[in-house]
Amino acid sequence: MKKPGVKWLAAPLAIYAVLAYLFLHLPLLILSGFSFNESRFTVWQGFSLVWYRAAFQNQQLKEAAWNSLIIAIFATVAATIIGTLCAYGFWKRSSPVLAGSLYMSLVTPEIVSGISLLAFYQWIFRFLRVQLGMHTVILAHVSFSIAYVVIVVMARLRTVDAQLEEAALDLGANEWEAFRYVTLPAILPGVIAAALLAFTVSFDDYVITSMVAGVDSETLPMVIYAIARRGVNPVVNAISALIVMGFGSLILISERLRET
Amino acid sequence: MKRLRAWFLAPTWTVMLSLFAAPLAIILAYSFLTRGTWGGLTRPWSTESYQRLADPIYLGILWRSFWIAGAATVLCLVLGFPLALFISRAGNRKNLYLSLVILPFWTSFLVRTYAWMFLLRDTGLINTVLQKLGLIHNPLPLLYNDGAVILGLVYGYLPFMVLPLYATLERLDRNLLEAAADLGAKPWVALTRVVIPLSAPGIRAGAILVFIPCLGAYLTPDLLGGGKTVMIGNLIQNQFTTARDWPFGSAVSLTLMAIVLVLLLVFVRRQEGGLV
Repeated sequence: MKKPGVKWLAAPLAIYAVLAYLFLHLPLLILSGFSFNESRFTVWQGFSLVWYRAAFQNQQLKEAAWNSLIIAIFATVAATIIGTLCAYGFWKRSSPVLAGSLYMSLVTPEIVSGISLLAFYQWIFRFLRVQLGMHTVILAHVSFSIAYVVIVVMARLRTVDAQLEEAALDLGANEWEAFRYVTLPAILPGVIAAALLAFTVSFDDYVITSMVAGVDSETLPMVIYAIARRGVNPVVNAISALIVMGFGSLILISERLRET
Repeated sequence: MKRLRAWFLAPTWTVMLSLFAAPLAIILAYSFLTRGTWGGLTRPWSTESYQRLADPIYLGILWRSFWIAGAATVLCLVLGFPLALFISRAGNRKNLYLSLVILPFWTSFLVRTYAWMFLLRDTGLINTVLQKLGLIHNPLPLLYNDGAVILGLVYGYLPFMVLPLYATLERLDRNLLEAAADLGAKPWVALTRVVIPLSAPGIRAGAILVFIPCLGAYLTPDLLGGGKTVMIGNLIQNQFTTARDWPFGSAVSLTLMAIVLVLLLVFVRRQEGGLV
């Protein structure tokens, strides 16, 4: 019997898929490959780590990378805790208004979030003696990372049997204990996956960060952006390759955790 | 029970109200103020900033943003549909193929955009290779134009199209295809008359997920358009930095937000299994 459907498509689809995956992956692979090129031009001259050495010796880049790391760590920890609690709250009973506002924060164009936060901070600063700096960047990152955490943890919570908590309550646990010792362990892989995702989102952000950063809180994407606007630079190629590898591993771990 | 739940949601409420709602309220207020002599904000309250949007220059930028975002969305659909179809028919390799779409997406947006600068510039890989092959003598102007911006957006948001398309194609009832074949439909007809119409929800979701971020894009037009391709995002940024016209920048931001909201309300039907 002839198999129904669109079987004749199999071969052309497979060929197309190979091309599509090349389109998705080649640009980053080529960029990473050329970061080991001895020449600063796009002609291969031999393997060399000269641009990596230059990147590691660049004081501005080092400071910016350090700033990005501190910001991402603080923002990730805060967003993961807040977002996990929120997902758990949603799991108990939905809250359309709060969920709606989280969705809104996800679809709000970054430039709008950035300038509105800047305007907000400047307004607050009329009353408080503070300035833009690491703290303003961290707060901004927390605000846009929470939605990602809620979505990932929520997906995990859907696989958890709510009766387990009820059993714990029946056995004399209070609500906090039921969360802490029954549900939280069950969703922990999802929570870690969410944290890794929040970390990459925070570490990578340029648009919002550049609006709310102070003079002492220049981040790695801000330095990369400033250099990239002037054109292609082999030192940026090297940092890019490092970011691709670093992010790639974090995301792979995150995906693994979500599947377990 | 209810009491404790309130405490679980309280931190998120606090963050959303103070760092999302309040900032939007501030720029809503600013958009009705007037720009002072030194770039500050003064009264009287007026709708002048919104009226200025009707200026042909700004309407032009709005129009340009719409067509660039629209072109990127159409291209994502055309490129993404066959890929989603392929993944949905991949059997037990589905997850692997999906991960291969998602992986570059979570890699730094900035680096991915920069990668195209590396490929497209005058002395970039594409021009170098074409020149070495003797196909061209002078480098093609690939970077710093609308085409480069659209390419960057397609590259950036293709996964947003593939994922919802895959979700609908995956759920497609294979029996319908069998029925179509039994009733004498040629494969091509089955594809265009059965598969594509039935994936309308995925197409709608994907289109809106791609169009919205493209419309508000800032980074891509700035880096790949070289400042020549001005979109709404760049206009807003400019008003808050160089031009220092915060009321006008606020008005443009809120107009963009309004457009996004309308698009969401029109195109997104209440779906099962959201956050709510």
